[in-house]
Amino acid sequence: MLPANPPRTQSPGSQSLLARSLSLSLMLSELQVMFTRRRTWAMLAAIALIPILLALAVYLSADRLAPGEGPPFVDRVTQNGLFTGFAAMLLAMPLFLPLTVSVVAGDTIAGEAGQGTLRYLLISPVGRVRLLVVKYLGTLAFVVVGTLTLMIAGALIGALLFPVGPVTLLSGDVIGLGEALGRMALVALYTTISMLGMLALGLFISTLTTIPVGAMTGVLVASGVSQILDNLPQLAVIHEFLFTHYWLDFADLLRNPIELSSMGSNLVLQLAYVAIFGTLAYGRFRTQDVLS
Amino acid sequence: MVPIGAYALETSGLTKTFGSHDAVADLSLQVPHGSVFGFLGPNGSGKTTTIRMLLGLASPTSGEVTLLGHPIPGELDVALPKVGALVEGPAFYPYLSGHKNLLRFDAADRFSDSSTRGERVEGALARVGLSNASDKKAGEYSLGMKQRLGLANALLKPRELLILDEPTNGLDPQGTREVRNLIRSLASEGITIFLSSHLLGEIEQVCSHVAVMSEGALVAHGSLEELRRGTSARLVLEVNLVAAAKKVLKTSGITPTTATRVGSTTRLVAPVESSVDVGAVNTALVTAGVSVSSLLVEQPTLEEYFVGLTGEGFDVAR
Repeated sequence: MLPANPPRTQSPGSQSLLARSLSLSLMLSELQVMFTRRRTWAMLAAIALIPILLALAVYLSADRLAPGEGPPFVDRVTQNGLFTGFAAMLLAMPLFLPLTVSVVAGDTIAGEAGQGTLRYLLISPVGRVRLLVVKYLGTLAFVVVGTLTLMIAGALIGALLFPVGPVTLLSGDVIGLGEALGRMALVALYTTISMLGMLALGLFISTLTTIPVGAMTGVLVASGVSQILDNLPQLAVIHEFLFTHYWLDFADLLRNPIELSSMGSNLVLQLAYVAIFGTLAYGRFRTQDVLS
Repeated sequence: MVPIGAYALETSGLTKTFGSHDAVADLSLQVPHGSVFGFLGPNGSGKTTTIRMLLGLASPTSGEVTLLGHPIPGELDVALPKVGALVEGPAFYPYLSGHKNLLRFDAADRFSDSSTRGERVEGALARVGLSNASDKKAGEYSLGMKQRLGLANALLKPRELLILDEPTNGLDPQGTREVRNLIRSLASEGITIFLSSHLLGEIEQVCSHVAVMSEGALVAHGSLEELRRGTSARLVLEVNLVAAAKKVLKTSGITPTTATRVGSTTRLVAPVESSVDVGAVNTALVTAGVSVSSLLVEQPTLEEYFVGLTGEGFDVAR
């Protein structure tokens, strides 16, 4: 008698452990692809240049800024080099960091579609949902590396050019060097969280086109529009729903005791954006015809 | 492995509509296990769109696809690991080496074994003759090398079915020959091969079965033998005296349809049964004083048959 259903050699359900480890190898492959690209390194180098240029400008300038003068934190850089990272982050947040983020997020699906590799990933078979998740995590990895690059480059150039010592917080309290490094890591975490929503938006926009530059521009425009709306007092009602709203509020992490309310609100807001645009990206990509 | 289902690949009533026109209309194909199946059609006839539906890249507007016994797209994940494919030309990450590109695609396959990955990639590269260029960036590859790398990607795992869309595109004559030999050797291992092409010579040389597409619809489908049987033979002869020759031919029931001057002689072409007695015709002509400088029975080439089905003309159909 013949069995009605011949046994399958590969059954997706029966090797969940193996399948999970294979997702790990896709994740590693995704990181390898991202960090092999010269573009990624160029963007990281540009990110590192922000604190370096800032510190040099302050160092070489004859005029000392009076406390409170100029962009926030910049006046403090000369007193304590560790503030270079914080000052540079404030400068990078509105435009430059979102610019690099829109490049990687807009490229996720559109980039693969544009160069034709998307069809080969899909017939591997990669699994469409799995690909979306890995792509999202890949862009998240870039943001983590990017913000850390900025903070570390800031700390290094600051330590090189300016005195380094116990840090006087915005609340007036003084913390030691070790704790100051901890606060820097917290700021990097905060900016990473700030980008979660934009990354999800980018992933969604990226499923809409096969032209990566179009997707990148779309994401960048969205962040610009959001910031403009956030600056119009007449629209105060919607401000707290804009994904850029809490971007600059990491100063709260530089007080004692640490003020975590903006971090919490930011996290909730960003996760809501991830849920909405993650679902939209899934809905769009799951059944989309790949004709590129 | 027991083949599931009667055919390696089967479609019924497959239709894909873009806007108001049918890119593929009511396509029903049966690709037998172990066959080398030629999928012919001029540019724009819907071949690649069909292949995209076979692989679950695009969903049909209506109709069904069964790939190695699995309904598509329902059981795509079970079917695809057994299928290697080249779709609308090769595509790679230009900044990664050929070797790393293959590692990437293999890592994307959630059912592939990572412990044998390196070995399988080396094997596939060797099989298409790319071992020496495996560390070169794919962006620096020539079109022919990319085509080979695409084939290597299709051969990363033991497959039951290969779907190859224009595999010899961009290859030089040696490369074309090598690919043809590769297809033959893969077929001899029992792998079913679905080969799309607009090059008749290629199909004629390697395929056992053929389907011909024209403007989204199937115009012929069957084994090469069956298609050849459907065509009629013709008698081609060159003579000096046209009127006398026609008279002689008429007594044998043969009516020339064309007469063209070729130098000092005239070439006559007439449809005949393939069983026609050429010797007798020759004797009759010579007896009647007609000098025959050449006389043969021709089977139409697949190209003539193809053009007859899909129409002449250089312009894409739509």
